[in-house]
Amino acid sequence: MPDLSTASGLVAALNEGNRRALARVISHIENNDALAQPLLAALYPQAGAAHLIGVTGAPGTGKSTLVNGMALAFRQQGLTVGIVAVDPTSPFSGGALLGDRVRMRDLAGDPGIFIRSMATRGSLGGLAQTTADVVMTLDAAGFARVIIETVGVGQSEVEIASTAHTTIVVEAPGLGDEVQAIKAGILEIADIFAVNKADREGADRTVMALQMMLALGGTGHQQILHHGRMLPVDLPPAPPADGWTPPIHKTVATQNQGIAALVEAIEAHRGYLQHSGLRQTRDRLRAATELRMILRDLLLQRTLAAIPAADIAALVHAVAAREIDPYSAAQRLVARTTS
Amino acid sequence: MSLFAADPLDQIRRERARWEEETRRQRPERQQAFITTSSTPVRRLYTPLDVADLDYGRDLGLPGEYPYTRGVHHTMYRGKLWTMRMFAGFGSAEETNQRYKYLLAEGNMGLSVAFDMPTLYGYDSDAPEALGEFGKCGVAISSLADMEILFDGIPMGEVSTSMTINSPAAILWAMYIAAAEKQGYPRGQLRGTIQNDILKEYIAQKEFLFPPAPSMRLVADTIEFGSQELPQWNTISISGYHIREAGSTAVQELAFTLADGFAYVEAALERGLAIDDFAPRLSFFFNAHNDLFEEIAKFRAARRIWAKAMREHYGAQDPRSWLLRTHAQTAGVSLTAQQPDNNIVRVAIQALAAVLGGTQSLHTNSMDEALALPSEKAVTIALRTQQILAHESGVANTIDPLAGSYYVEQLTEQMEAEANAYFRRIAAFGGVLPAIEAGFFQREIAEAAYRYQMEIDTGARTIVGVNDFVAAEPIAIPILQMDPAGYDRQIARLQRLRAGRDNVAVQKALAALADCARGPDNLMPPILDAVKAYATLGEITDVFRHVFGIYHEPVHF
Amino acid sequence: MDRKIRILVAKPGLDGHDRGAKVVARALRDAGFEVIYTGIRQTPDMIAEAALQEDVDVVGLSILSGAHMALVPKVREALTTAGLEDVPLLLGGIVPDEDIPVLHQMGVRGVFGPGTPTGVIVDFIHNELREPL
Repeated sequence: MPDLSTASGLVAALNEGNRRALARVISHIENNDALAQPLLAALYPQAGAAHLIGVTGAPGTGKSTLVNGMALAFRQQGLTVGIVAVDPTSPFSGGALLGDRVRMRDLAGDPGIFIRSMATRGSLGGLAQTTADVVMTLDAAGFARVIIETVGVGQSEVEIASTAHTTIVVEAPGLGDEVQAIKAGILEIADIFAVNKADREGADRTVMALQMMLALGGTGHQQILHHGRMLPVDLPPAPPADGWTPPIHKTVATQNQGIAALVEAIEAHRGYLQHSGLRQTRDRLRAATELRMILRDLLLQRTLAAIPAADIAALVHAVAAREIDPYSAAQRLVARTTS
Repeated sequence: MSLFAADPLDQIRRERARWEEETRRQRPERQQAFITTSSTPVRRLYTPLDVADLDYGRDLGLPGEYPYTRGVHHTMYRGKLWTMRMFAGFGSAEETNQRYKYLLAEGNMGLSVAFDMPTLYGYDSDAPEALGEFGKCGVAISSLADMEILFDGIPMGEVSTSMTINSPAAILWAMYIAAAEKQGYPRGQLRGTIQNDILKEYIAQKEFLFPPAPSMRLVADTIEFGSQELPQWNTISISGYHIREAGSTAVQELAFTLADGFAYVEAALERGLAIDDFAPRLSFFFNAHNDLFEEIAKFRAARRIWAKAMREHYGAQDPRSWLLRTHAQTAGVSLTAQQPDNNIVRVAIQALAAVLGGTQSLHTNSMDEALALPSEKAVTIALRTQQILAHESGVANTIDPLAGSYYVEQLTEQMEAEANAYFRRIAAFGGVLPAIEAGFFQREIAEAAYRYQMEIDTGARTIVGVNDFVAAEPIAIPILQMDPAGYDRQIARLQRLRAGRDNVAVQKALAALADCARGPDNLMPPILDAVKAYATLGEITDVFRHVFGIYHEPVHF
Repeated sequence: MDRKIRILVAKPGLDGHDRGAKVVARALRDAGFEVIYTGIRQTPDMIAEAALQEDVDVVGLSILSGAHMALVPKVREALTTAGLEDVPLLLGGIVPDEDIPVLHQMGVRGVFGPGTPTGVIVDFIHNELREPL
C-alpha cells in the first residue's frame, strides 16, 4: 500500500498511475496546505509535455458538452485527457455547486480520463495560480491534453484561459447578444472560436459577427498576449509573418457535430505554436508571470507577517482618512521589512 | 371619470382605508405576513375593490359555456359525480390484477395503472438497469403477455383505464390495444387515457429516454393514431401534477402545464391535423395541494386560459376543443412521514379543493403513500374520503359554489395574469423546447422548492408534526409485503416468452419498426405489429434508443 | 490554508425525483460545502469514479424508489473497489425503520428520512468529519 499521507508517497503513487493519489494531490494544492509546496516542487519538473486547452464562454453556451465531445475525440486518437472544470464559489456562503460532470457522462469509466471540478473559492488573484497548479499536476501525471473549462465572465477568466496554450472561446446563438465574448471582454484571448448550438437560428449571424470583428481587429496574435494578464517581459522579436488567424468552427456538441474539425484546429494550433516558436514564448511568458505572481504573494505574506497587525490597521485608517496616500503607506511598510 | 360620479366603489374604498388603518393600529396580527402554499402574499381582507374589473359574462359565464370558468358541464356534479379513480399497481401483473378486481368491486369507476420504474424507462424486468426496482412503484409490464394477465377477467371494452406512462407510452398503449382486441373488443370502443406527456418529463419528472424532437414525434404519432382509430381515447394527459410535486408553485404548475399543452397543440397542427379533430381528446392532470382557495382558483383559471387560447388563438370552432377536462390527484409531496394519520385530513382538504375546483376525476392519496405503497385499509379510507365529499358534505349540490367570492375571484384573475406573464417569458426563449434546453423551467422550480424548504427550516411555514406540534414518536414506515415469488415468476415468464415465441417474426417486426423510425410515417402500426409478435418492451425501446439516441439533461439549480 | 468540505450528491438507480437531492445540494452549498452534483441515473461505478476523482469527504445518495437495499450495497462495493472504503456514505430517501440497522452494517453512516430539516444534515456532516479528540 502506498503511503498517501506524505508528499513523497503521494508523488510515487501518482507516478504509478494511482488515481486516488492524483485526486489527493489536487486537494492538497487546492487547500494550499503543508503538503502543497513539496508536492508542487516534486511535480513541476515532470510537467510540460501536455498541451493545455482553455475553454471559456458565457453560461449557456454548452461548454461542458463541448468539452465532453472534445475529450471523446482525443480519446479516439489514443490521447489521454485531464479536465479541470471551474465554477464559481458562492460569495455568501463560501460553498459551491459543481455540476459540470453531469454533462460529461460519456467519459465515465474511461481510465484515460480524469475530471476534476474546482470552485473558485473567492481567492483574489490566487485563483489563476491554483488552477494553473492543478493543471500542472494533471500534466505531470502524464495526461497528453489538459482541458480547462471556465465560466466566461470577468478578468479572472481571462487569467485562467491565458494559462492555456490554446484558448477556445465558445459562443452560442440566442443568448441575447450576438457575440457574448465582447461584453465579457474575452474576445481577444481566443485562438479558436466555437459557435456551439449551431443548429439554432442565428448561428450564421454569430459567425458573421465574429468574422467582422476579427477583420476589424486584425489578426495580430501578439496583441492578444498584451490583453491577458501577461506582463511585458523581454519579448523575442515579432512573430513570424505567417500569423495565426483564429478560425471559427460551428459545432452542435449535443449531436457531436463539428467536434472533429474543432479538435483538428486545436492540433493545428498546437503545431503552429511549436513551429513558430510561440509555444516557447508562451511558456516563458507564463513562467515569468507565475514567478512574478508568486513572488508578489510571497513578499506580501512576509511583509504582513513581519509587521504587527495594529500598525497596518493604523496605516489603513490613515489612508482612509486621507492623511497619507496608499503608495507612501506601502513604501513605509516595505521600508520596515527591508531595513 | 367625473369628479361627481357616484362610484359605488368609492364608499367602499374610503371605508376600507379607514378600517385598514384602525385595524393595523389597534389589533396586532399573529404574524408579519400571510402567504399561500406557493408563498404568494395574502391580504387581510378582500372586497369588491379587488374584483372591480371582473366582468361576469366575459370572465365567468355559465357552467358548460365559454369561457368555462365555472365548469365544463352544464350540470356538473348534479348530473354526474366526478370519476373516483384510484391509481394502483405494484409487483407482478397477477397481484395488481387482484387489486383491480377489488377496487372495481369497491365502487371504483375506472382503473388507473401505475407502472414500476423499469417499465417507465422501457426496460424489461430482467434488465440490469432494473436491479432492485421490480414492482416497487407499480406493476411490471414487459410484454403483451403481462398485459393480458393484468386485465385477465376485466372487460377491457367496458372499463375506462388510465395509464401513467410517458416515454414508452406508445408501446404500453399498443399492448393495451392488443390485449383488448384479444378479449374481443374492437379498438374503437376502448376508453381511457395515456399520460404521454413527455414535456413535463424534461421539466420535472425526469423519466425521459430520447431527445426532445423524436419524443415529440412519438406524441404526435399517438395523437394522430388516436384521432383516427380510437376516438374515445385521451391520447395525452397534460400533467402539472409532477411539476408541482417537483416543487413548483401553483402558478408555475398552471403556466408550465398550459404552455406544454400549447406546444402539443402546435406539434399536432404541424403534423397537419385539424385542431377540432384532436383538441377534444386532450386532457389534463393537475395537483390538488393544501391551500384550499389557491387550488380552487388554479383550476378555474386553467379552464379560462385554455378556452380563450383554443378559441381565440388557435381558432378552434368545436366547443369541445375549448374545454379543459382534468384529472386531479391530491399532493403526494404534502404527506408527512411524521404522524401519518394526519394525512387523512390533508387529503380530505385537498380533495375538497379539487372538487370545488371542478375536476372531472380524482385520485385521493392514501395516508401512507409518502412512505410506501399504500395498504388496502389506507386505500379504502382515501376512497371513502371522496365518497363522503360526494354524498355527505353537500359541496356537490350546486355548481362552482365559490364563484363571486372576492378572494377566489381575485386569486383566479391574479393567477391568470401571472400565467400569462410566464407565457411571455417562455415565448422569449422561442417556446417550450428551447426553454427546457436553457433550463428555464428547471431553475424556476428548483428555486421555488428551495424557498419552500427554507420556509419550513426557518419556521416561517408550519407543517404540523414536522416542524411544530411534533410528537416524540418514531417514524414507522409500513411496508407492503410483495409476494417474493412475483419476481421469480416474472423472470421465468419472460424467459419462457423469449424462448417460445416466433423469434424470426419478432426480428422482422423490430427491423420494420427501426425502418419506420428512420422515416416519417406513423410509428403506431409497426409498434402494434411488434407487440403482437410478443417483442418485449425492452426490445422495442432499444430500437428507439438506437435510432433516436439517449437524452441526458443539463442540470439546473 | 483554504480547506473546504467536499461532498458528492448522487442519485443511483432509475428514479428521477431529484427535488430532494437538489434542495439538499443547495442547502449544503449554503452551509459552505463544495457540492459535486452528478445528477440522476448514476451507476454505482460512476458514483465511485466521481468520488475518487473529486476526492470528496462524503458521498450522499438520494433514493426514493425503495430500491435502496439493492443499490446501496452496490455503491458501497464500488467505493471499496476504488479504494474509498473510508469515505462516509449518507442516504436520503424513504427508508423503513427495519432497513436502517442493515444499512448501517453496509457502512451507511446516516439515514435521513422525509421531513429532515436540511440543517440536521449539515450538522451531521460536521460531526462526522470532526477529527477524533
